[in-house]
Amino acid sequence: MSIGIILAVVMLFLMSSFYMGRNRAAASADVGRPLHSLPSYYGFYVALWCGIPALLVLGAWMFFDQKIIESLVVSGLPEDVRGMSADKLNLLMNDVRNLARGDIARASTPEPHIRAAVAHYESLQSTSIYASAVLVFAIALIGFLLSYRRIQPALRARNRVEKILTTVLLLSSLIAILTTIGIVLSLLFEAIRFFEKVPLHEFLFGLEWSPQTAIRKDQVGATGAFGMIPVMAGTLLITGIAMIVAVPIGLFSAIYLAEYASRRARAIIKPVMEILAGIPTVVYGFFAALIVAPAIRGFGEGIGLDVASESALAAGMVMGIMIIPFVSSLSDDVINAVPQSLREGSLGMGATPSETIRHVILPAALPGIVGAVLLAVSRAIGETMIVVMAAGLAANLTANPLEAVTTVTVQIVTLLVGDQEFDSAKTLAAFALGLVLFVITLMLNLIALRVVQRYREKYD
Amino acid sequence: MTDASIDPSSVRSGPLYKGTAQSRKRYAAERRFRLYGLIAVIFALTALVVLLGSIVSRGYSAFTQTYLTLEVTLDPGEFGAPQPNQAAPDQATLLGANYGGIVKRAIRVQFPDVTARRDKRSLTDLLSPGAADQLRDLVVADPSLIGKTVTVDVPMSDDADMLRKGFIDRTAQASSRRLDDKQIDWYDRLDKAGKIESKFNIPFFTTGDSREPELAGIWGAVVGSFLTLIVTLVLAFPLGVSTAIYLEEFAPKNRWTDLIEVNINNLAAVPSIVFGLLGLAVFLNVAGLPRSAPLVGGMVLALMTLPTVIIAGRAAIQAVPPSIREAALGVGASKMQTVMNHVLPLAMPGILTGTIIGMARALGETAPLLMIGMVAFIVDIPGGFNDPATVLPVQIYLWADSPERAFLEKTSAATMVLLAFLVIMNALAVLLRKKFERRW
Repeated sequence: MSIGIILAVVMLFLMSSFYMGRNRAAASADVGRPLHSLPSYYGFYVALWCGIPALLVLGAWMFFDQKIIESLVVSGLPEDVRGMSADKLNLLMNDVRNLARGDIARASTPEPHIRAAVAHYESLQSTSIYASAVLVFAIALIGFLLSYRRIQPALRARNRVEKILTTVLLLSSLIAILTTIGIVLSLLFEAIRFFEKVPLHEFLFGLEWSPQTAIRKDQVGATGAFGMIPVMAGTLLITGIAMIVAVPIGLFSAIYLAEYASRRARAIIKPVMEILAGIPTVVYGFFAALIVAPAIRGFGEGIGLDVASESALAAGMVMGIMIIPFVSSLSDDVINAVPQSLREGSLGMGATPSETIRHVILPAALPGIVGAVLLAVSRAIGETMIVVMAAGLAANLTANPLEAVTTVTVQIVTLLVGDQEFDSAKTLAAFALGLVLFVITLMLNLIALRVVQRYREKYD
Repeated sequence: MTDASIDPSSVRSGPLYKGTAQSRKRYAAERRFRLYGLIAVIFALTALVVLLGSIVSRGYSAFTQTYLTLEVTLDPGEFGAPQPNQAAPDQATLLGANYGGIVKRAIRVQFPDVTARRDKRSLTDLLSPGAADQLRDLVVADPSLIGKTVTVDVPMSDDADMLRKGFIDRTAQASSRRLDDKQIDWYDRLDKAGKIESKFNIPFFTTGDSREPELAGIWGAVVGSFLTLIVTLVLAFPLGVSTAIYLEEFAPKNRWTDLIEVNINNLAAVPSIVFGLLGLAVFLNVAGLPRSAPLVGGMVLALMTLPTVIIAGRAAIQAVPPSIREAALGVGASKMQTVMNHVLPLAMPGILTGTIIGMARALGETAPLLMIGMVAFIVDIPGGFNDPATVLPVQIYLWADSPERAFLEKTSAATMVLLAFLVIMNALAVLLRKKFERRW
């Protein structure tokens, strides 16, 4: 028996309760006592009573049962095993889980206490699933009986169903808030644990970043350095290069499309440029690492420059190409929002189109364009795959675009992909970087959205 | 009197109007400015063409694979002495027989002159390890083949494949080549004998990942992507639509709703990797859900896609004219009935278009999935939402990191497949919009 079967049974139950509720309502009405609502509302009423509590309980059960089972298994272990450190206990539980799932061949574990734990684990798991099935079905049945008995023509079924629906709608709109809270809390929580190990000022102002914490104490670099300045500098360098590519090209193509291109050209060029925005970032990363970077390196060698194979220039340029459509479509919107009367007034005074654009349209659209650029910067700072594939890992504090630099997102990925222990400063550092990334992009977004919004109101 | 002759010096040749120096300058500036715009557009379009062109030109060759036609003698001795009471060897013998040895012998027979131990090794290196697996599958499916000589097309190694596709420079130093002179000579002799052929690379579309480039396929990643997207859709679509309905139709205009709105706009611009961190901290470490599972991947991507669906949904609901609502309310429908029976059906095409676009973005997303461990090397095709899996973009990322030359074309080919999926989804969205678009 699995969760899927339980769900299917509950669904079946729901549907039948809908029909039963509807039929009972239809049957209970007569000439003197008309139904308050349409019969199907009575069906929905019964079905909701039957389904919502049962599904909520099932969800809660699924969320907690693993934890409870594991703590029960741990407490069932022999005395001396239970006395082990938390890490070892964790490893052991991992073994038990994998054995129960059949990921490790069963014959390979000789220790009897582990075998006993696996048996315990399995029996608890099957108990849990049966218990949850019984509980969920019982709750569904109780809900059904309670609501079914209440059906009579005077019951205001529609109002009640609509009330429940409105509540569901309200709750789902809270998911967005919950997501933000979840992001902030999870980042903050781990980052605070990081700052217990590494002082805040060292993280914010340290000039050295080498997060390798050694396995043995006497190894070279046994104490990692967690100063984020070089990582931040690398991020800004690559973002800067991307902006140098994206802003002029995006802006000029927006101007061309909005002011010069014929309607037909616009109808073709605009969607084609949007394709650039739809290409997954991993494809840009592949393009940067395997095509652009070697090309830049070859070109640099041709004119006698020493270019790193993971130069900031390659990653930045490709990122710029990725952001072009972003800048251009946002700028296109604001340029089109400039009232036609301004344009006509300027042209009527004898200005050429380019003079109109430079002296009238761009100043009028400037706040919107600034907002667009800020959003683009936030996008570039948070961009991950291009830099993971095409930028370096070592944190060099340099302003030379031909050298390899690393970025915040690259560091997060390298720190968290692969083997990790969850309490080391190395892993927690990724969350601290994530927090920095989130705060920076949040501020940029807030400012940009506000600027754009205020600007829109002016001409509406 | 007007018989004065026309003064020839006053007749201007050339254009009717010749501007002053200043106006010429202004027109030149105008042309320059226009040119800048054109150059910008051309640059963007060129970048697109170069990007797609370089991927296609590197990737199309991955759709063929080099096969060697081999005559394999299935010696009954290899499958143990047949038991007297048994017609055919049992499953375990069939699965455990030394197919590698059989295949190796079959190719060595072709070159009786190769005797040195090292040469024999490098000769068999021309074949893929998958050749033995292929033979095993053949025999297990039909045990009556034992004792016969069968002709099979077995895949050749990635190096031989690269040689056939022209990616190995025959004139280069032998030490800097992946194949030495002898191997190339054997390859040429086999080729001359007509035993080598290129066929459409079906395994590329039907198998999972592998360490051997010639055996690696994308099917595992495609299934993983599919499962992940199902979870994303099941979560993001209902939640997004109901949020959009609530905010557009029911929410009172107060600070609370403003907060939700600002929140959603912000979430749409949060870097995707931050959602990965959220998934790692909440779904994996707090809730204890399995790593690398499409379930968790789908949940993370759903949170990421939600703002897109909400924003598209709100736009679509806004576009339904108030007259529809007023008419429904006027004939006595309740607010909820108006929304559910009239507004929502009319807004649905727009909502679906936005959802498909959001799904397409989720399909191409990589970074958050790296955080929750969907980056593992997984050979098996995932069978459920809790199985370890990887997705198409992560597969591209993994292959792009592999050193073998043959993985370069696999990466490009996988990229082409991913782009094809995206094109299909976006085309569907455009079609939907065209078909159901309504002008009020």
